[in-house]
Amino acid sequence: MPRTAPVSDWSSDFDVLDAGYVTNPFGIWDELRTSCPIAHTNRRGSTWLPTRYEDVTAMAHDIAHFSSLKVAVIPLGVEDDDGEGEAQLEYGLPPISSDPPLHTWTRRLLLPWFSHRRVDGYVAMTRELCQGLLKSFVDVGRADAAADYAQQIPVRVIAHILGVSSEMSDAFTGWVRDVLEFGDDPQRRAHGAGQLLEYFGAQLDFRRTNPGEDLLSELLATEMDGAPLDNDIILGMAALVLIAGVDTTWSAIGSSLWHLATHPEDQRRLAAEPDLMPTALEELLRAFAPVTMARVVTGDVEFGGCAMKEGDKVLMNFPAANRDPEVFDHPDEVLLDRTLNRHVAFGSGIHRCAGSNLARMELRVALEEWLRAIPSFALEDGAQATWAGGQVRGPRTLPVVFP
Amino acid sequence: MRIRIDPDKCQGHARCYGLAPEIFAVDDYGQASVIVDEVPDDLVAKAELAIANCPEYAIERVGD
Repeated sequence: MPRTAPVSDWSSDFDVLDAGYVTNPFGIWDELRTSCPIAHTNRRGSTWLPTRYEDVTAMAHDIAHFSSLKVAVIPLGVEDDDGEGEAQLEYGLPPISSDPPLHTWTRRLLLPWFSHRRVDGYVAMTRELCQGLLKSFVDVGRADAAADYAQQIPVRVIAHILGVSSEMSDAFTGWVRDVLEFGDDPQRRAHGAGQLLEYFGAQLDFRRTNPGEDLLSELLATEMDGAPLDNDIILGMAALVLIAGVDTTWSAIGSSLWHLATHPEDQRRLAAEPDLMPTALEELLRAFAPVTMARVVTGDVEFGGCAMKEGDKVLMNFPAANRDPEVFDHPDEVLLDRTLNRHVAFGSGIHRCAGSNLARMELRVALEEWLRAIPSFALEDGAQATWAGGQVRGPRTLPVVFP
Repeated sequence: MRIRIDPDKCQGHARCYGLAPEIFAVDDYGQASVIVDEVPDDLVAKAELAIANCPEYAIERVGD
Protein backbone atom coordinates (compact mmCIF):
# COMPACT_ATOMS: atom_id res chain seq x y z
CA MET A 1 0.00 0.00 0.00
CA PRO A 2 1.41 3.41 -0.89
CA ARG A 3 2.33 5.61 2.10
CA THR A 4 0.80 8.72 0.53
CA ALA A 5 -2.24 9.82 -1.47
CA PRO A 6 -1.46 10.56 -5.13
CA VAL A 7 -0.28 14.09 -5.98
CA SER A 8 -2.02 15.80 -8.89
CA ASP A 9 -0.63 19.33 -8.44
CA TRP A 10 2.94 19.64 -7.22
CA SER A 11 2.75 23.43 -6.76
CA SER A 12 -0.18 23.39 -4.31
CA ASP A 13 -0.28 19.86 -2.85
CA PHE A 14 3.27 18.43 -2.90
CA ASP A 15 4.29 15.41 -0.86
CA VAL A 16 7.97 14.68 -0.28
CA LEU A 17 7.12 11.09 0.66
CA ASP A 18 5.41 10.41 -2.70
CA ALA A 19 7.12 7.30 -4.07
CA GLY A 20 7.79 8.83 -7.49
CA TYR A 21 9.25 11.96 -5.92
CA VAL A 22 11.48 9.94 -3.61
CA THR A 23 12.85 7.98 -6.56
CA ASN A 24 13.22 10.91 -8.94
CA PRO A 25 12.47 14.43 -7.68
CA PHE A 26 14.64 16.22 -10.24
CA GLY A 27 12.07 16.76 -13.00
CA ILE A 28 9.49 17.98 -10.47
CA TRP A 29 11.97 20.55 -9.11
CA ASP A 30 12.79 21.71 -12.66
CA GLU A 31 9.11 22.31 -13.36
CA LEU A 32 8.45 24.05 -10.06
CA ARG A 33 11.55 26.21 -10.46
CA THR A 34 10.32 27.67 -13.73
CA SER A 35 6.59 27.79 -12.97
CA CYS A 36 6.16 28.30 -9.25
CA PRO A 37 8.96 28.44 -7.78
CA ILE A 38 7.96 27.97 -4.09
CA ALA A 39 5.48 25.11 -3.76
CA HIS A 40 2.99 24.67 -0.91
CA THR A 41 1.15 21.80 0.70
CA ASN A 42 -1.21 21.26 3.60
CA ARG A 43 -0.17 17.63 4.03
CA ARG A 44 1.37 17.23 7.51
CA GLY A 45 0.69 20.91 8.21
CA SER A 46 1.13 24.03 6.07
CA THR A 47 4.56 23.65 4.46
CA TRP A 48 6.52 25.50 1.75
CA LEU A 49 9.08 24.04 -0.65
CA PRO A 50 11.47 26.49 -2.33
CA THR A 51 13.34 25.18 -5.37
CA ARG A 52 15.68 28.01 -6.41
CA TYR A 53 19.23 28.40 -5.04
CA GLU A 54 18.68 32.08 -4.33
CA ASP A 55 15.52 31.47 -2.28
CA VAL A 56 16.86 28.50 -0.34
CA THR A 57 20.10 30.24 0.66
CA ALA A 58 18.31 33.53 1.47
CA MET A 59 15.90 31.72 3.81
CA ALA A 60 18.71 29.71 5.40
CA HIS A 61 20.41 33.02 6.27
CA ASP A 62 17.24 34.72 7.51
CA ILE A 63 17.14 33.14 10.95
CA ALA A 64 14.87 35.90 12.29
CA HIS A 65 11.98 34.79 10.08
CA PHE A 66 12.91 31.13 9.64
CA SER A 67 13.73 29.46 12.95
CA SER A 68 15.37 26.10 13.48
CA LEU A 69 13.22 25.22 16.50
CA LYS A 70 11.52 22.69 14.21
CA VAL A 71 13.86 21.11 11.68
CA ALA A 72 12.08 17.82 11.06
CA VAL A 73 10.63 17.39 7.58
CA ILE A 74 8.23 14.95 9.18
CA PRO A 75 7.90 14.94 12.99
CA LEU A 76 10.95 13.37 14.60
CA GLY A 77 9.65 12.30 17.98
CA VAL A 78 12.76 13.34 19.86
CA GLU A 79 12.53 17.04 19.12
CA ASP A 80 9.11 17.79 17.79
CA ASP A 81 5.75 17.33 19.44
CA ASP A 82 3.59 18.78 16.66
CA GLY A 83 0.56 18.40 18.87
CA GLU A 84 1.08 14.71 19.42
CA GLY A 85 2.59 15.09 22.85
CA GLU A 86 5.75 13.28 21.91
CA ALA A 87 8.46 15.82 22.66
CA GLN A 88 10.92 14.02 24.89
CA LEU A 89 13.73 16.55 25.19
CA GLU A 90 13.22 20.04 26.52
CA TYR A 91 15.77 21.58 24.16
CA GLY A 92 15.36 19.25 21.18
CA LEU A 93 18.62 18.33 19.49
CA PRO A 94 20.93 21.32 19.90
CA PRO A 95 22.53 22.91 17.99
CA ILE A 96 20.57 21.74 14.93
CA SER A 97 17.11 22.37 16.36
CA SER A 98 17.97 25.66 18.06
CA ASP A 99 18.55 29.33 17.28
CA PRO A 100 21.18 31.58 18.86
CA PRO A 101 22.16 31.85 21.67
CA LEU A 102 21.70 28.13 22.50
CA HIS A 103 22.83 27.24 18.97
CA THR A 104 26.05 29.22 19.25
CA TRP A 105 27.59 27.64 22.33
CA THR A 106 26.36 24.09 21.78
CA ARG A 107 27.76 24.19 18.24
CA ARG A 108 31.11 25.40 19.54
CA LEU A 109 31.23 22.39 21.86
CA LEU A 110 30.71 19.99 18.97
CA LEU A 111 32.80 21.56 16.20
CA PRO A 112 36.28 20.57 17.46
CA TRP A 113 35.24 16.90 17.38
CA PHE A 114 34.82 17.27 13.62
CA SER A 115 37.80 19.50 12.84
CA HIS A 116 40.24 18.51 10.10
CA ARG A 117 42.75 17.53 12.75
CA ARG A 118 40.34 15.15 14.49
CA VAL A 119 38.95 13.81 11.23
CA ASP A 120 42.48 12.98 10.02
CA GLY A 121 42.71 10.78 13.09
CA TYR A 122 39.64 8.78 12.01
CA VAL A 123 40.96 7.99 8.50
CA ALA A 124 42.87 4.81 9.39
CA MET A 125 39.93 3.20 11.20
CA THR A 126 37.53 4.18 8.40
CA ARG A 127 39.83 2.68 5.78
CA GLU A 128 40.24 -0.53 7.74
CA LEU A 129 36.48 -0.72 8.24
CA CYS A 130 35.82 -0.32 4.50
CA GLN A 131 38.45 -2.93 3.64
CA GLY A 132 36.89 -5.40 6.08
CA LEU A 133 33.43 -4.91 4.59
CA LEU A 134 34.74 -5.31 1.04
CA LYS A 135 36.61 -8.47 1.97
CA SER A 136 33.32 -10.05 3.10
CA PHE A 137 31.80 -9.90 -0.41
CA VAL A 138 34.50 -9.10 -2.99
CA ASP A 139 34.91 -12.78 -3.94
CA VAL A 140 31.18 -13.40 -4.15
CA GLY A 141 30.76 -11.29 -7.28
CA ARG A 142 27.65 -9.53 -6.04
CA ALA A 143 26.62 -7.31 -3.16
CA ASP A 144 24.07 -4.84 -1.97
CA ALA A 145 26.25 -1.73 -2.15
CA ALA A 146 23.78 0.20 0.02
CA ALA A 147 22.96 -2.31 2.77
CA ASP A 148 26.21 -4.33 2.84
CA TYR A 149 28.59 -1.40 2.43
CA ALA A 150 27.37 2.24 2.58
CA GLN A 151 25.02 1.64 5.51
CA GLN A 152 27.73 -0.08 7.56
CA ILE A 153 30.35 2.68 7.48
CA PRO A 154 29.24 5.98 9.11
CA VAL A 155 27.45 4.37 12.03
CA ARG A 156 30.66 2.65 13.13
CA VAL A 157 32.74 5.81 12.82
CA ILE A 158 30.17 7.75 14.84
CA ALA A 159 30.07 5.01 17.50
CA HIS A 160 33.84 5.37 17.77
CA ILE A 161 33.61 9.15 18.22
CA LEU A 162 30.83 8.86 20.79
CA GLY A 163 32.88 6.24 22.60
CA VAL A 164 30.20 3.54 22.47
CA SER A 165 30.47 -0.05 21.30
CA SER A 166 30.37 -0.68 17.55
CA GLU A 167 28.38 -3.81 18.44
CA MET A 168 25.48 -1.38 18.82
CA SER A 169 25.72 -0.43 15.13
CA ASP A 170 22.76 -2.43 13.88
CA ALA A 171 20.59 -1.21 16.73
CA PHE A 172 21.65 2.41 16.09
CA THR A 173 20.87 2.05 12.40
CA GLY A 174 17.41 0.68 13.20
CA TRP A 175 16.60 3.46 15.68
CA VAL A 176 17.80 6.21 13.35
CA ARG A 177 15.75 4.76 10.49
CA ASP A 178 12.70 4.61 12.78
CA VAL A 179 13.16 8.27 13.66
CA LEU A 180 14.04 9.65 10.22
CA GLU A 181 13.06 7.31 7.41
CA PHE A 182 9.85 5.98 8.96
CA GLY A 183 8.97 9.11 10.94
CA ASP A 184 5.51 9.19 9.34
CA ASP A 185 4.69 6.06 11.34
CA PRO A 186 4.08 7.35 14.90
CA GLN A 187 4.76 3.95 16.46
CA ARG A 188 8.12 3.43 14.78
CA ARG A 189 9.08 7.03 15.44
CA ALA A 190 8.26 6.75 19.15
CA HIS A 191 10.02 3.41 19.40
CA GLY A 192 13.24 4.62 17.75
CA ALA A 193 13.34 7.84 19.74
CA GLY A 194 12.56 6.05 23.00
CA GLN A 195 15.28 3.43 22.51
CA LEU A 196 17.83 6.01 21.49
CA LEU A 197 17.21 8.24 24.50
CA GLU A 198 17.12 5.30 26.89
CA TYR A 199 20.46 4.04 25.58
CA PHE A 200 22.19 7.41 25.76
CA GLY A 201 20.66 8.10 29.18
CA ALA A 202 22.28 4.91 30.49
CA GLN A 203 25.57 5.76 28.76
CA LEU A 204 25.63 9.17 30.44
CA ASP A 205 24.93 7.62 33.84
CA PHE A 206 27.83 5.21 33.34
CA ARG A 207 30.24 7.94 32.25
CA ARG A 208 29.46 10.16 35.20
CA THR A 209 31.46 7.71 37.33
CA ASN A 210 33.62 6.22 34.54
CA PRO A 211 34.68 9.12 32.33
CA GLY A 212 36.59 8.36 29.13
CA GLU A 213 38.18 10.41 26.34
CA ASP A 214 35.02 10.49 24.25
CA LEU A 215 32.51 13.15 23.26
CA LEU A 216 29.91 12.08 25.83
CA SER A 217 32.43 12.27 28.67
CA GLU A 218 33.63 15.68 27.55
CA LEU A 219 30.08 17.05 27.47
CA LEU A 220 29.51 15.70 31.00
CA ALA A 221 32.67 17.48 32.20
CA THR A 222 31.76 20.78 30.51
CA GLU A 223 30.61 23.67 32.68
CA MET A 224 28.69 26.76 31.61
CA ASP A 225 28.74 29.69 34.04
CA GLY A 226 30.09 27.41 36.74
CA ALA A 227 27.40 24.73 36.43
CA PRO A 228 27.33 21.44 34.54
CA LEU A 229 25.24 21.29 31.37
CA ASP A 230 21.57 20.39 31.63
CA ASN A 231 21.17 16.64 31.16
CA ASP A 232 18.58 17.17 28.42
CA ILE A 233 21.06 19.29 26.45
CA ILE A 234 23.76 16.60 26.63
CA LEU A 235 21.24 13.93 25.69
CA GLY A 236 20.02 16.02 22.75
CA MET A 237 23.55 16.66 21.50
CA ALA A 238 24.46 12.97 21.75
CA ALA A 239 21.29 11.93 19.92
CA LEU A 240 21.96 14.56 17.29
CA VAL A 241 25.48 13.33 16.56
CA LEU A 242 24.12 9.85 15.99
CA ILE A 243 20.99 10.83 14.04
CA ALA A 244 22.78 13.38 11.86
CA GLY A 245 25.88 11.29 11.32
CA VAL A 246 24.41 8.00 10.21
CA ASP A 247 22.01 7.87 7.28
CA THR A 248 23.13 11.23 5.85
CA THR A 249 26.61 10.02 4.96
CA TRP A 250 25.40 6.51 4.23
CA SER A 251 23.02 8.06 1.70
CA ALA A 252 25.79 10.11 0.10
CA ILE A 253 28.00 7.02 -0.23
CA GLY A 254 25.11 4.97 -1.61
CA SER A 255 24.02 7.61 -4.13
CA SER A 256 27.59 7.99 -5.34
CA LEU A 257 27.94 4.24 -5.83
CA TRP A 258 24.55 4.19 -7.59
CA HIS A 259 25.77 6.87 -9.99
CA LEU A 260 29.00 4.97 -10.68
CA ALA A 261 27.16 1.65 -11.08
CA THR A 262 24.87 3.19 -13.71
CA HIS A 263 27.55 5.31 -15.47
CA PRO A 264 30.39 3.00 -16.52
CA GLU A 265 32.30 5.83 -18.21
CA ASP A 266 32.48 7.79 -14.91
CA GLN A 267 33.38 4.60 -13.06
CA ARG A 268 36.30 3.89 -15.42
CA ARG A 269 37.43 7.49 -15.29
CA LEU A 270 37.43 7.77 -11.50
CA ALA A 271 39.19 4.42 -11.09
CA ALA A 272 41.84 5.42 -13.66
CA GLU A 273 42.29 9.05 -12.57
CA PRO A 274 42.40 9.22 -8.77
CA ASP A 275 43.43 12.91 -9.04
CA LEU A 276 39.83 13.58 -10.05
CA MET A 277 38.60 12.60 -6.60
CA PRO A 278 38.44 16.12 -5.08
CA THR A 279 36.19 17.59 -7.79
CA ALA A 280 34.30 14.30 -8.19
CA LEU A 281 33.42 14.25 -4.49
CA GLU A 282 32.02 17.77 -4.55
CA GLU A 283 30.11 16.98 -7.73
CA LEU A 284 28.56 13.83 -6.28
CA LEU A 285 27.66 15.80 -3.15
CA ARG A 286 26.08 18.51 -5.31
CA ALA A 287 24.09 16.19 -7.53
CA PHE A 288 22.91 13.85 -4.76
CA ALA A 289 22.80 16.12 -1.70
CA PRO A 290 20.95 13.86 0.70
CA VAL A 291 19.66 16.27 3.33
CA THR A 292 16.63 18.55 3.54
CA MET A 293 16.15 20.43 6.82
CA ALA A 294 12.99 22.28 7.83
CA ARG A 295 12.51 25.73 9.34
CA VAL A 296 9.48 27.18 11.11
CA VAL A 297 8.13 30.62 10.19
CA THR A 298 8.39 32.89 13.26
CA GLY A 299 5.73 35.39 12.23
CA ASP A 300 3.58 36.16 9.20
CA VAL A 301 5.92 37.14 6.37
CA GLU A 302 5.77 37.53 2.62
CA PHE A 303 8.62 35.77 0.85
CA GLY A 304 8.95 35.48 -2.91
CA GLY A 305 5.30 36.45 -3.34
CA CYS A 306 4.13 33.78 -0.88
CA ALA A 307 2.15 34.77 2.21
CA MET A 308 3.75 32.61 4.88
CA LYS A 309 2.02 32.31 8.24
CA GLU A 310 3.52 31.99 11.69
CA GLY A 311 4.03 28.29 12.40
CA ASP A 312 4.26 27.24 8.74
CA LYS A 313 7.16 24.97 7.91
CA VAL A 314 9.63 25.65 5.13
CA LEU A 315 11.74 22.83 3.70
CA MET A 316 15.29 23.98 3.04
CA ASN A 317 15.53 22.25 -0.29
CA PHE A 318 19.33 22.23 -0.60
CA PRO A 319 19.18 19.31 -3.06
CA ALA A 320 17.03 21.35 -5.48
CA ALA A 321 19.16 24.48 -5.00
CA ASN A 322 22.12 22.37 -6.12
CA ARG A 323 20.41 21.73 -9.46
CA ASP A 324 19.38 25.31 -10.20
CA PRO A 325 20.45 26.20 -13.78
CA GLU A 326 20.86 29.85 -12.69
CA VAL A 327 23.89 28.74 -10.67
CA PHE A 328 25.14 25.51 -12.28
CA ASP A 329 25.72 24.83 -15.97
CA HIS A 330 24.10 21.55 -17.05
CA PRO A 331 22.84 20.99 -13.50
CA ASP A 332 21.33 17.58 -14.19
CA GLU A 333 24.60 16.20 -15.55
CA VAL A 334 27.22 14.76 -13.24
CA LEU A 335 30.55 16.24 -14.38
CA LEU A 336 33.32 14.69 -12.31
CA ASP A 337 35.72 17.49 -13.22
CA ARG A 338 33.30 20.37 -12.52
CA THR A 339 35.45 23.15 -11.05
CA LEU A 340 32.82 25.86 -10.43
CA ASN A 341 30.69 24.23 -7.78
CA ARG A 342 29.33 26.51 -5.07
CA HIS A 343 26.98 23.76 -3.87
CA VAL A 344 25.09 23.79 -0.58
CA ALA A 345 24.92 20.06 0.13
CA PHE A 346 25.95 20.84 3.71
CA GLY A 347 23.52 23.73 4.03
CA SER A 348 24.13 27.43 4.10
CA GLY A 349 24.49 29.92 6.94
CA ILE A 350 24.95 29.30 10.65
CA HIS A 351 23.68 25.71 10.54
CA ARG A 352 26.29 24.48 8.04
CA CYS A 353 26.62 20.74 8.73
CA ALA A 354 28.94 20.50 11.73
CA GLY A 355 30.13 17.10 10.51
CA SER A 356 30.93 18.08 6.93
CA ASN A 357 34.68 17.37 7.27
CA LEU A 358 33.89 13.91 8.59
CA ALA A 359 31.28 13.23 5.91
CA ARG A 360 33.69 14.21 3.13
CA MET A 361 36.39 11.98 4.55
CA GLU A 362 34.03 9.00 4.89
CA LEU A 363 32.72 9.45 1.35
CA ARG A 364 36.24 9.76 -0.08
CA VAL A 365 37.65 6.74 1.75
CA ALA A 366 34.55 4.64 1.02
CA LEU A 367 34.81 5.36 -2.72
CA GLU A 368 38.60 4.97 -2.84
CA GLU A 369 38.49 1.58 -1.14
CA TRP A 370 35.51 0.38 -3.18
CA LEU A 371 37.17 1.33 -6.48
CA ARG A 372 40.46 -0.23 -5.40
CA ALA A 373 38.76 -3.56 -4.59
CA ILE A 374 36.01 -3.41 -7.24
CA PRO A 375 37.07 -1.12 -10.08
CA SER A 376 34.30 -2.39 -12.38
CA PHE A 377 30.71 -3.06 -11.29
CA ALA A 378 27.15 -2.66 -12.54
CA LEU A 379 23.57 -2.76 -11.37
CA GLU A 380 22.42 -6.39 -11.31
CA ASP A 381 20.49 -7.37 -14.45
CA GLY A 382 16.84 -6.51 -14.10
CA ALA A 383 17.37 -5.07 -10.62
CA GLN A 384 16.58 -1.56 -9.43
CA ALA A 385 17.84 0.49 -6.54
CA THR A 386 15.20 1.35 -3.95
CA TRP A 387 15.25 4.85 -2.46
CA ALA A 388 14.25 6.46 0.81
CA GLY A 389 13.43 10.15 1.03
CA GLY A 390 11.91 12.87 3.15
CA GLN A 391 14.58 14.31 5.42
CA VAL A 392 17.35 12.25 3.87
CA ARG A 393 17.39 10.85 0.34
CA GLY A 394 19.51 7.90 -0.67
CA PRO A 395 19.39 4.28 -1.87
CA ARG A 396 18.38 1.66 0.67
CA THR A 397 19.08 -1.29 -1.60
CA LEU A 398 21.57 -1.23 -4.45
CA PRO A 399 22.17 -4.71 -5.91
CA VAL A 400 25.40 -4.72 -7.92
CA VAL A 401 27.47 -7.39 -9.66
CA PHE A 402 31.16 -7.44 -10.50
CA PRO A 403 33.43 -9.93 -12.27
CA MET B 1 46.81 39.39 -5.55
CA ARG B 2 45.70 39.90 -1.95
CA ILE B 3 42.61 38.27 -0.46
CA ARG B 4 40.83 38.16 2.88
CA ILE B 5 38.08 36.15 4.54
CA ASP B 6 35.09 37.94 6.02
CA PRO B 7 34.86 36.19 9.40
CA ASP B 8 31.18 37.08 9.74
CA LYS B 9 30.34 35.31 6.49
CA CYS B 10 32.60 32.25 6.84
CA GLN B 11 30.63 29.27 8.18
CA GLY B 12 33.36 26.67 8.00
CA HIS B 13 32.51 24.80 4.81
CA ALA B 14 36.30 24.53 4.29
CA ARG B 15 36.03 24.49 0.52
CA CYS B 16 38.89 27.03 0.33
CA TYR B 17 41.18 24.85 2.43
CA GLY B 18 40.25 21.81 0.33
CA LEU B 19 41.10 23.63 -2.88
CA ALA B 20 44.20 25.52 -1.75
CA PRO B 21 45.76 24.50 1.57
CA GLU B 22 48.81 26.56 0.54
CA ILE B 23 46.70 29.72 0.89
CA PHE B 24 44.10 28.95 3.56
CA ALA B 25 43.95 27.46 7.03
CA VAL B 26 40.88 26.40 9.01
CA ASP B 27 40.81 26.33 12.81
CA ASP B 28 39.14 23.78 15.08
CA TYR B 29 35.86 25.72 14.90
CA GLY B 30 35.82 25.84 11.10
CA GLN B 31 36.87 29.48 10.83
CA ALA B 32 39.03 29.92 7.73
CA SER B 33 41.90 32.37 7.39
CA VAL B 34 44.33 33.44 4.69
CA ILE B 35 47.89 32.43 5.59
CA VAL B 36 49.78 34.38 2.92
CA ASP B 37 50.18 38.16 2.63
CA GLU B 38 50.30 38.04 -1.12
CA VAL B 39 49.04 35.13 -3.21
CA PRO B 40 52.03 33.92 -5.28
CA ASP B 41 51.48 34.12 -9.03
CA ASP B 42 51.45 30.35 -9.41
CA LEU B 43 48.59 30.08 -6.90
CA VAL B 44 46.37 32.85 -8.27
CA ALA B 45 44.24 30.41 -10.25
CA LYS B 46 43.69 28.34 -7.10
CA ALA B 47 42.74 31.44 -5.11
CA GLU B 48 40.22 32.38 -7.78
CA LEU B 49 38.74 28.88 -7.65
CA ALA B 50 38.38 29.19 -3.89
CA ILE B 51 36.60 32.54 -4.29
CA ALA B 52 34.25 31.01 -6.88
CA ASN B 53 33.44 27.94 -4.81
CA CYS B 54 32.82 29.47 -1.37
CA PRO B 55 29.14 28.80 -0.59
CA GLU B 56 29.03 31.86 1.68
CA TYR B 57 30.75 34.35 -0.66
CA ALA B 58 33.14 34.95 2.23
CA ILE B 59 36.42 35.40 0.31
CA GLU B 60 37.17 38.84 -1.10
CA ARG B 61 39.96 40.45 -3.04
CA VAL B 62 41.75 43.27 -1.23
CA GLY B 63 42.87 46.38 -3.10
CA ASP B 64 43.50 46.43 -6.88
